[in-house]
Amino acid sequence: MAATLLDKLWQAHRIAPAGRGRDLIHIDRILLHDLSGARALAELAEKGYGVAHPELVFATPDHGVSTAPGRTAETFPAGALGVAMLREGARRHGIRLFDLGQDGQGIVHVMAPELGLALPGLSIICGDSHTCTQGGLGALAFGVGSSELAHALATQTLRLAKPRAMRVRYEGRFAKGTTAKDAVLAAIGRFGAGAGAGCAIEWAGEAVRGLAVEARLTLCNLSIEMGARIGFIAPDETVFAWLAGRDFAPRGAAWDRAVAAWRCLRSDDDALFDRDLCLDAGTIAPQVTWGTSPEHVIAVDRPVPSPDQAPDAAQREAWAAALAYQGLEPGRPLEGLAIDWVFIGSCTNARLSDLREAAAIVAGRAVDPRVTAWVVPGSERVKRAAEAEGLDRIFRDAGFSWREPGCSLCVAANGEAVPPGARCLSTSNRNFVGRQGRGARTHLVSPATAAASAIAGRIVDIRKPF
Amino acid sequence: MQRFDRVTGPAVPLLRPNIDTDVIIRAERLVGTPKDAMGGYAFESWRYRADGSEDPECLLNRPPFRGAPILLAGPNFGCGSSREAAVWALLGLGIRAVIAPSFSDIFVDNALQNGLLPVVLPEETVRRLASEVEADPDHARITVDLAAQAVVGPEGTVHGFAIDPDRREALLLGLDDVGLTLRQAEAIAAWQEKDRRLRPWVWFGAAAT
Ligand code: SF4
Repeated sequence: MAATLLDKLWQAHRIAPAGRGRDLIHIDRILLHDLSGARALAELAEKGYGVAHPELVFATPDHGVSTAPGRTAETFPAGALGVAMLREGARRHGIRLFDLGQDGQGIVHVMAPELGLALPGLSIICGDSHTCTQGGLGALAFGVGSSELAHALATQTLRLAKPRAMRVRYEGRFAKGTTAKDAVLAAIGRFGAGAGAGCAIEWAGEAVRGLAVEARLTLCNLSIEMGARIGFIAPDETVFAWLAGRDFAPRGAAWDRAVAAWRCLRSDDDALFDRDLCLDAGTIAPQVTWGTSPEHVIAVDRPVPSPDQAPDAAQREAWAAALAYQGLEPGRPLEGLAIDWVFIGSCTNARLSDLREAAAIVAGRAVDPRVTAWVVPGSERVKRAAEAEGLDRIFRDAGFSWREPGCSLCVAANGEAVPPGARCLSTSNRNFVGRQGRGARTHLVSPATAAASAIAGRIVDIRKPF
Repeated sequence: MQRFDRVTGPAVPLLRPNIDTDVIIRAERLVGTPKDAMGGYAFESWRYRADGSEDPECLLNRPPFRGAPILLAGPNFGCGSSREAAVWALLGLGIRAVIAPSFSDIFVDNALQNGLLPVVLPEETVRRLASEVEADPDHARITVDLAAQAVVGPEGTVHGFAIDPDRREALLLGLDDVGLTLRQAEAIAAWQEKDRRLRPWVWFGAAAT
């Protein structure tokens, strides 16, 4: 029978049935960070369980750490506890830790692919919903809560129900100026923030096959924002070339064997999906969110919708509340709206390619004096590579603050926050109420839109001169 | 884990779609707050005003909904961050069951690990339950009966719901998964032995320096 990529990935990790509705699934990599990871290690200790395979577990602090230049774990004292617990748990169990200031540290979904900890076909979990990012390499990667994380640490397995298979295809090619971020936001706007519930999304189509690896990671990052815990792209030569030689990727004969196995990781041509969706890639314009759910998104030049256009009463209430929170009037486009903050960072868009894209726009220009603009590289390696190319100089000369790697303003769990009422253009993935700080107003955009808007002091349509 | 068999009480109607776990518990509460203190911070941005005082307008603060054991919600409840603290916060508020047309998958797993029951009912049914509650908020009571797999509305209508039989049993008995899985230790070890030969890169790769 024809199989989907999900079928193949699932079958490759299925140890045994686990009761009537679930399977016992092997977990190949467990990633720990300073919030959920520290919590899960503590829970494990409380329950008296050990770590089954510490050699398959990797840790790095990212969420509750300051990103101020020269920071240490203590720079944000409230977060120091999580970092200390992570360090202590890693030491006690013999888990490899990539600590602050060390090569390899970073936002967990940025550092794992770049080190080759994430590989095609691996099952990867982290106590973090954006673990789906790593599906960009063709991995079965997903987020779990801290109880499940503790379960996996103790047993190297999870008891899981197999999700349904959904495919989202982009037909044709993306227009110039359309990034992976715009593409995925457009899909969420079209199909809804809950469309992928209960599903694993395979992102596919000609336009996706043409994306570089970093853009694929961006695309898969927002799978969870469409409701799908898992998202992936069939791995191909682009992925293999990107991974070759990375620290934890296999070498020599083992590499050749691995690549031969990875080439089978694709849906069969006649495979059937539980849900098969399609978008026309060529019509996708730069996207900006207007509200407080990622599905509240429009093309930069389209008018903000009115609650009267909402499909039902509950949505009408949600839209009205979102507009009030965001301080917006329906009927006007977001293009031209004055902004206060710009955040270029997060596991969505803080890889080297994102920073290069933004720097190319910023070079030789200055950030509007009313705007506070930050660049927070996704990892220590991204930071060092960017500095080696002089990108930090370009950003600093333009008036951006150039910071240490971490989650920072994406989640505001580290003492850094956008002030109440301030309007922030952000390359992150969530525009929830209070996500970037109490009362902060978030608009999700691509790095290019964020960079250009920082210069202009207002939301810019990057297809036009500004 | 807390057992769950049957809960009866007021149900607070919050039918807005896409209620995310950031709204349920703010990220800054994830560091240093003990599990059993999370309830005080549940729905912080809705329950408290900017000066830190309680907002009397918020349904969650008002009798009869204050301390209600049941929450009626819109589609895609619990979306967003995987933080399990969202479940601890709901439990801390006194909520034992959430009835919604759909949930985020991670939220469901987290809820079931902690004895909070997510009940999926069709959107029309959830709306109907909410309007029955709103018709007589002071007296309306809903029962969520896991053994019978049914919700009984304020006006006595019975709505059956589906749940994986093993998860139902685990909730009824208050069992957690790790104990169950450790009983399969031999099968896991045998699978891993074979996997080391089939996919050596999974195992060697991890040892790289
Ligand atoms: S950057 Fe944001 S979304 Fe990504 S892991 Fe950190 S907090 Fe989560």
